[in-house]
Amino acid sequence: MNFGILVNEGPFTHQASDSAYRFAKAAIEKGHQVPRVFFYYDGVNNGNKLSEPQSDDRNLVKLWAELAIEHGVDLVVCVAAGLRRGIKDENLAEGFGISGLGQLIELGIAADRTIVFGD
Amino acid sequence: MSEEFFDIEGKKKRFMFLNRKAPYGTIYALETLETVLISAAFEQNAVIAFVDDGVYQIMQGQDTGAIGMKNFSRTYGAVEMEKEDADEDPDLDIEWRIVVERESLEQRGLTADDFIIAVEVLGCEELSRLMNEQDVVLSG
Amino acid sequence: MSNGRKVLHTVNKSPFERNSLDSCLRLAVKGSGILLLEDGVYAALKDSEGSQTLSSHSGDFSLYVLGPDIEARGLAGKPLIEGCDVVDYSGFVDLAAEYDTVQSWL
Repeated sequence: MNFGILVNEGPFTHQASDSAYRFAKAAIEKGHQVPRVFFYYDGVNNGNKLSEPQSDDRNLVKLWAELAIEHGVDLVVCVAAGLRRGIKDENLAEGFGISGLGQLIELGIAADRTIVFGD
Repeated sequence: MSEEFFDIEGKKKRFMFLNRKAPYGTIYALETLETVLISAAFEQNAVIAFVDDGVYQIMQGQDTGAIGMKNFSRTYGAVEMEKEDADEDPDLDIEWRIVVERESLEQRGLTADDFIIAVEVLGCEELSRLMNEQDVVLSG
Repeated sequence: MSNGRKVLHTVNKSPFERNSLDSCLRLAVKGSGILLLEDGVYAALKDSEGSQTLSSHSGDFSLYVLGPDIEARGLAGKPLIEGCDVVDYSGFVDLAAEYDTVQSWL
């Protein structure tokens, strides 16, 4: 099965990004596909390469990037929501891309299931 | 995974945009509205639903001067126009509905006359059946 | 109920914080699934007032609770309301595949 994921919140402030990540990882481990994760609203902050959590805590930006690099998950930060919040090419984390809301709708159309994680 | 997976030509799904939050206190109303308008280009079925505090998004008479935020309430008119296009164009074989939950209105002492656009007011039982039909529900 | 479609509703907020669970219970069709996760798991605690509305609907829905969120919050030793299935993330994935649509109540 193909799962599309929408992440509405940034790392750390809400559990949304963690829950989404754990779901995505479990899905991949079970042999499903997660073709794309779309980051919207404050979710764009998951793509900020300047994020520096405490060293004994999980690094969500890097965890997401690993899914992209190891499993080909397309991590898309919404361009408009990103601009509002200062997420641009110059501070975009490895593994992430920036694109338009159309990619969220496209994901909803293409995926077997679309799941939203937010506040 | 790419091109074949995203080859969505001709695929039609039923999308619901579920609005449950008031405007201005948070950005969800505005950014969900932006998603609705982008979705029009994809010729999908859409239900734009206002439930709980989401009903406040479409109140008439919003004046944001003193709070210094953009008044985006008139942009809901564009959603209404997309719905009219969907209704009137026989080649566009899709349905768009703009619905408000009756119980949410009544709890808040509102009626459909308070709104800036025309809406269908549905009781919770009818709305629940409509929700159950949706393929994709985007919540903000 | 309509044509056999089954929706998995997810609720991630505490019943004391938000009306999301109440709205979900009002608008979910009987026979749907409801998954409590994140702060939503508090609604499953048997001895809490927060579980009353959910208990009053017992039998109407298939109820699931995300175990990792129960454990994180120190609730693993507390009794949950009747009819709750505790699942992990792998179980969440299975549910998402089994149901036709996942609808999030935020």
